[in-house]
Amino acid sequence: MKRVYLDYSATTPLDERVFEAMKPYFTEKFGNANSLHCFGRDGANAVDSSRRRIAELLGVKPTEIYFTSGGTEGDNWALKGIASAYSHKGKRIIISSIEHAAMLGSAAQLEKQGFDVVYLPVNDKGMVLPEYLEKAITDDTILVSVMTANNEIGTLQPVKELCEIAHKHGAIFHTDAVQAMGSVPVKIRDWNVDLLTFSAHKFYGPKGIGVLYIKSGIKPDKFIAGGHQERSMRGGTTNVPFVVGMSEALRLALENLEENSLKIKKLRDYFVKSIEERVPYVVYNGDRKQRLPQNANFAFEFIEGESLLLRLDMAGIACSSGSACSSGSLDPSHVLLATGLPIEKAHGSIRFSFGKYTTKDDVDYVIEQVVNAVNDLRRLSPLFSEFKGEKKYV
Amino acid sequence: MYNERVMKEFSNPQNVGELSDANGVGTVGNATCGDIMKIFMKIDENDVIQDVSFQTFGCAAAIATSSVATQMIKGKTIDEALKITNRQVVESLGGLPAQKLHCSVLAEEAIKAAVHDYLENYKKQKA
Repeated sequence: MKRVYLDYSATTPLDERVFEAMKPYFTEKFGNANSLHCFGRDGANAVDSSRRRIAELLGVKPTEIYFTSGGTEGDNWALKGIASAYSHKGKRIIISSIEHAAMLGSAAQLEKQGFDVVYLPVNDKGMVLPEYLEKAITDDTILVSVMTANNEIGTLQPVKELCEIAHKHGAIFHTDAVQAMGSVPVKIRDWNVDLLTFSAHKFYGPKGIGVLYIKSGIKPDKFIAGGHQERSMRGGTTNVPFVVGMSEALRLALENLEENSLKIKKLRDYFVKSIEERVPYVVYNGDRKQRLPQNANFAFEFIEGESLLLRLDMAGIACSSGSACSSGSLDPSHVLLATGLPIEKAHGSIRFSFGKYTTKDDVDYVIEQVVNAVNDLRRLSPLFSEFKGEKKYV
Repeated sequence: MYNERVMKEFSNPQNVGELSDANGVGTVGNATCGDIMKIFMKIDENDVIQDVSFQTFGCAAAIATSSVATQMIKGKTIDEALKITNRQVVESLGGLPAQKLHCSVLAEEAIKAAVHDYLENYKKQKA
């Protein structure tokens, strides 16, 4: 059976070139990067050069790059580390209401500890407008965190403006760039963000490795107590092959960013246009322009997302209802609800995310299968026949 | 997440659609919760369910339970149908994930609602 992967926002396959770069560090160059002997130095050299390369690619200093286990850890560390280190300055933390579960979960824990967390609204396209932050921010706000791009509907946020507002009020600014890195330009210095999270497996690198960028002078509390790894800020034996893989993946992603993004965007736009032409009663969630090139998210009215997802799975198509991290929950997406989408439409929403290995053939196949599956499920739906009865259409 | 039996029922559901000559129709659930189940019954003068169909808005579990529930009551009397429990529906599917058990409750309730509609609105009017 034909199989088509359209869930690149959940994770990407490892690029073969990345795998090749990693291989020696599993076997012959296996040393602990903290050991003093030559085996250790092999590891340490690889980690150092990877760190330098990542810093160079991002236009920051190597000492500002902290390796983590991925996006969830980066978000947890940024939020909790800043909250505890700067709690003497205030208790107010502002995040957007459409953050990833890693941020929302961390924020909930901080609320229990007595922090005052404010959740910024978004407009109907899923964008945090600067005026929302202006209204919510106070001079005792210690941290503002708004994601660079939303994982479910792909909306790009005005990070630079939001960061400027935070700084004007003396607050630290963090952004979760997990979905954006490798897909759109992430301008750490130009935006002037203080902390930024990303994860390698979203840009064809290995899972379980990421970076928290921490600007010089910003001092969150350490997150994992242990050895002297990561300048004593994050203990734990450095995962050398994964660090090497991440730096190679980032190089490939950023060197080919424009070309890949353009190709992906073309396929995505073709898909969106085709679905809108061929399937009545769909809502295209998110913003049409300020959007990640790989993301398409539709609410198919009168049907439920999981059943559509499984129908497509039976046709070999992988996509997602909401985010992979929130699957297993029966509640509709908090992101879609925040945009004001009615709950019954939120239930019928599906995310298709495209990648550098997606082909036009794949997209054509998916279009046909989506049309069929939606028609089938609508035939099953009492809501659709009621609607047809009322509107007397077709 | 789902076993093969559930997936088979979901991918090829039986008794789908509206019954134009139904004399008992029950709708339970709501779109906000993400599940609506509507069961149509054609019941004869001996209170035997001659034909039954369903329409469901919901997840794979909701569709699969609707399909087996309609199969379980077809040809049964309304008294027998009322005795069908959500547990029996789940058993005939070989089990459901814990967070999806409410779908089977919905099936039981939809059967009850359709029989109730028949007794209250059809049979009483005829009597």
